[in-house]
Parts: sequence; structure tokens; C-alpha cells
Amino acid sequence: METITIKPKTKKVRRRVPFFSEIIKNKTFYAMMLPGLLFIIVIYYLPMMGVVIAFQQYNPFKGILGSPWVGFKNFEFLFKSDALFQITFNTIFYNVIFLILGIGLALVFAILIDSNGNRFLSGAYKSILLLPYLLSWVVAEYLLFSFLSVDRGILNQMLHFFGIEPISWYSEPIYWRFILPAAYVWKNVGYFAVIFAAGISGISTEYYEAAKMDGANKFQQAIKITIPMLMPITIILILLQVGKIFYAAFGDWGMFYNLPKDSGILFSATNVIDTYVYRSLKVMGDFGMSSAVGLYQSVVGFVLVLISNFFIRRYDKDSALF
Amino acid sequence: MMNRLSLSNFFVNLIFIVYSVICVVPLLILLSVSFTNEQSVFQSGYSLIPQDFSLDAYKYILMGNSPIIRAYGITIFVTLVGTLFHLVISSMFAYSLSRPEVKYRNIVSFLVIFCLLFSGGLVPWYILLSKVLHLKDTIFVLIVPYLVSSVNVMILRNFFRTIPESIIESARIDGSGEFNTFLKLVIPLSTPVLATVGLFVAVFYWNDWFTAALLIENSKLYTLQFLLQSIMNNIAFLQGNSLTVKAAAMQPDETARMATCVLAVGPIVITYPFLQKYFVKGLTLGAVKA
Repeated sequence: METITIKPKTKKVRRRVPFFSEIIKNKTFYAMMLPGLLFIIVIYYLPMMGVVIAFQQYNPFKGILGSPWVGFKNFEFLFKSDALFQITFNTIFYNVIFLILGIGLALVFAILIDSNGNRFLSGAYKSILLLPYLLSWVVAEYLLFSFLSVDRGILNQMLHFFGIEPISWYSEPIYWRFILPAAYVWKNVGYFAVIFAAGISGISTEYYEAAKMDGANKFQQAIKITIPMLMPITIILILLQVGKIFYAAFGDWGMFYNLPKDSGILFSATNVIDTYVYRSLKVMGDFGMSSAVGLYQSVVGFVLVLISNFFIRRYDKDSALF
Repeated sequence: MMNRLSLSNFFVNLIFIVYSVICVVPLLILLSVSFTNEQSVFQSGYSLIPQDFSLDAYKYILMGNSPIIRAYGITIFVTLVGTLFHLVISSMFAYSLSRPEVKYRNIVSFLVIFCLLFSGGLVPWYILLSKVLHLKDTIFVLIVPYLVSSVNVMILRNFFRTIPESIIESARIDGSGEFNTFLKLVIPLSTPVLATVGLFVAVFYWNDWFTAALLIENSKLYTLQFLLQSIMNNIAFLQGNSLTVKAAAMQPDETARMATCVLAVGPIVITYPFLQKYFVKGLTLGAVKA
């Protein structure tokens, strides 16, 4: 009798074992995994639970567990104000321009770099193009200021030289609709150009030789060979960017805060979702509003990434995130 | 034919020379202003060549107990320690995810990738660091939040996967433990990719103004970028505690600002010519996704 009753017990224990036996079998690997795994759980996953703050009237002293729930009040307030439309419009407006200008110009630059023929010069151009990518937006703020400063800037000096009245760049929103895209291109075009250049160097020279035999000139070669061959990587880059279109400058939003020097007069043209969240938190300490906008961004952003990943997957499985 | 080719080549080079000038000239103006006499900048504005050469700005910002030297120290510490720990944690993490015998690697990889898809947003992140982990106003808050990045883990994992199984197997036959294999065999084989990832991480830490802006109030812990951001609108941050000194004298505010910026970009611009090929290579690494 006894043996019979024991048997199912051992079976039960065995069923539970695989997890622990796997951990013990590969204990070194799991030990190596542990710090990183703990890190992403604490730094990425714990805050995901914190999104409930958007439904609270958060009080820093009471904490998440002690703060009163207010349902959708934060969102109600948000959707009634006209700020939401403005920051959403600006975020998408700039990102669409950045996407077209950034990828388009990078494609042109990459083709021109390649057509140069001189390997040393091509390398040098690539390096110089990439330099601004490594500078911070705070430094870019200084560089831009040396051009746009009303009384000392290079641009107004030039205008003065031609007898034109100085322009106060930091108090007219309309100029920033052009300045910001220019700054984005200045900083990021090198990044995309380098990626495209790598793509071009992967194209077999046979295609170009055959085209030359048929009498195609450089321009025709670019249109008929280089661009079609770069289409896969271009489409992937575009889709990846589209997935991030709800994040100002695709996540690198410091430009919207630093370049206009945090100037309130320019908000109509420079305020985006990320700067709004940041200012609500830092300047006003408005946790509820800030996290409501943050959640709005996260949820829409999540849907967009899923959609873009769906298309990437259909187009090229290896480039998909999951 | 030859003529037409060289003509088009000439134009291509011209375009790039003009564009390269656009990339570099702003930095030269910055440098020039920092070496100009304040009075001269005041009268004739910024220019590409210093009209009245002067070292006043540098003397002003570097003398005494200058906040800049402190900020430099903080930034260098954060960059070095942050990059080192980032590489150690991420490479161990990525290696464990690259090993086929690790059964739960796919679940954990998904957890890593999911971080790229959804985030809790700024406010919960801020509350976590300040109220839960109590890192606000400590030097650790500048380092800890960025010790692992999903993209870098994926880049490293994909690289580790390309290391031939036979090499790792032969080490195992020789009696090497798994961690020893990782340390003595895998890491040396991966130095190029680790160096490239490390460079980008270092640049990130160096350029980070945001964390300090949100989570540092103690002026002793200001990073260079945050100090730079603060003095753009309020030069007083540069003066430290020397309020009484030369209040009446003309202070080189404008040029001191630019000189601070020169010091902040200096290390990147100076090392860039030597490291540029790693940066150029590194970008194509990042283009390879999961």
C-alpha cells in the first residue's frame, strides 16, 4: 500500500522539476543572465506598472498605493485643453518632415559618396558627415546660438552686410518650422548616409559593369541600379521610423527643448509630446497630467510599433523586431 | 568622356566640401569666440577668426574652485564607470541569451525586446528612481538607469551567435568552465564589437543632460552637459561661490560660455579622427536587428 501511495507523489515532484533542473544544469549561464534580467525588470518593467498614476491624483508623499483614484479625470482635462492637439500635431508634423528629409538626403549623399571614386575622400566625407551625430543637443544649442543670436549671431551679421534688418530668431515661431528640420538633418543625415553607404558597398560591381557596357551614365546607374538595390533597407528604415513617429524626433527629443532655449514664445512651433511631458513634470510637478500624456504616448506608440513591425515582418522577416 | 566625368566628379566633391564646411564651421566659430576678448565680441559679434585674441575666458572658467573642473570629474567618472558596467552586464546577459543550451533564452529575449515596444513613460520612471530606489541627487542616478539597453544586448547576442560552436566546444573538452570560456575565449574574439558598442555607450553617457536635469539638484553633482545647459540661460552657475569677487569688473560671460562648450565637446572632437572608423562600422552593426 505504502509504495503505491508514494509513487504519484514522486511523479508530481518530477513534473515540477524541469524549471529548477534547467537552472541548475546551466547555472553559470543563468548567473550571467541574472544582473541584466534583474535590471530590465526593475528599470523597464516596474515603471510599466506605474502607468496607473495616470488614473490617480498622485501625491508624492502618499505614493502610488496611497494616492486617491480619479478615473479618467486627467484624460478628460487633457482632451478638453487644446494643448493635446498642438503637441500631437507638432510631433507628427516634424517627424514626417524629418523622415522624408533625413532618409531622402542620406540616400543622395550615400550615392554621391560612392560615385566619388576616391576611397580616401569617400571615407573622409563619411566621417565628417557623422561628426554632428556624436554631439549633444545642448552643444548644438550653442552652435545654433552662434548663428542665430540676435545681436551677435553670424546670420544677422550677414543680413546686416546686405543691408537687411536683423531678425529676432528666438521670438518668431514660424522660423522654427524650418530651423528644426535643418538641425535634424545636420545632426542625423550622416547616420543614415553611413548605413546606406554600407548597403551600396554590398551591391555587386557586375551590375554596374553591365550597365556601363550598355552605355548607362552615372545618373542612370544610380536610378536604375543603386536605388532599386537599396529599396529593401530604405523600406525597413522608414518602417522602423514610422513605428517611432509618436516620439518626437523618433525618441531623441532633446532638440525641441534645447535648440529654442526652452523659450515660451516659441511653444506653438516647438512644443511636442515629449517636451510637454517633461515640462509638466519638471516645471509644474503635475504628475497626473504628465503621466496621462505619457500613457497616451506609450499606448499609441505601442500600436504604431506593432503595425510597423507587422509590415516589416511581411517585407523582410529577418529585420522584424519579433 | 574623361572631361565630363571629372566635371561631375568636381561637382560631387564641391557639394561635399560645402556640406563638410557646414558640419565643421559652427565648431570653429565656437572655438574662435572662446578665444576672443569679451569686449570685442560685445562690439562686433561672433566671427570665424578671433579679432582680438584673448585667454580671459579660459582663465575665468578654470580658476579657483571652478564648477567646470568638478563637472568634468563627475562626467568622466560617470562615463568610465557607466561604460564599463554597461559592457560587463550587457555582454554577460547577451552571451547567456546566445547559448542554444539555455532553455529559457527565447522568453528572456522577448522580455528584452518588449522594452523597445512599450514603456511606462517618464513619470513612473522618475518615481522609480527618486521615490523607490532613492537615487535622486546621487551620482548613481547618472549611471544606473542606462546599464542595459535592449538594442545593445541584441547586437551583442547576434554577434556571439556567429562565434563557431566548435571553438566553444573545444574549450569545453579542454575542461574550461563556461564562465572561463566566456572570459578567456569569447571576450577576446569580440573585442571589435565590444569596443564599438562601448564607444557609443560612452558618447551617450558623456552627452546625457537629461538625467541630471531631472534628477540632480545638488550643484556639486552637475555633469558637464547639464552645467552647459544651465549657464546658457544663467551664467551665475559658472561663478561658483565667488559672488563677491570682481562684481564690478567686466566678466567674460559670453566668451566663458563658449569656452565651457569647447571644453565639453573637446574630448569628442579630439578623439574622433582616431575613432571614426569604429563609429562608422558601429552604425552598420546597429542596423542588424533581432
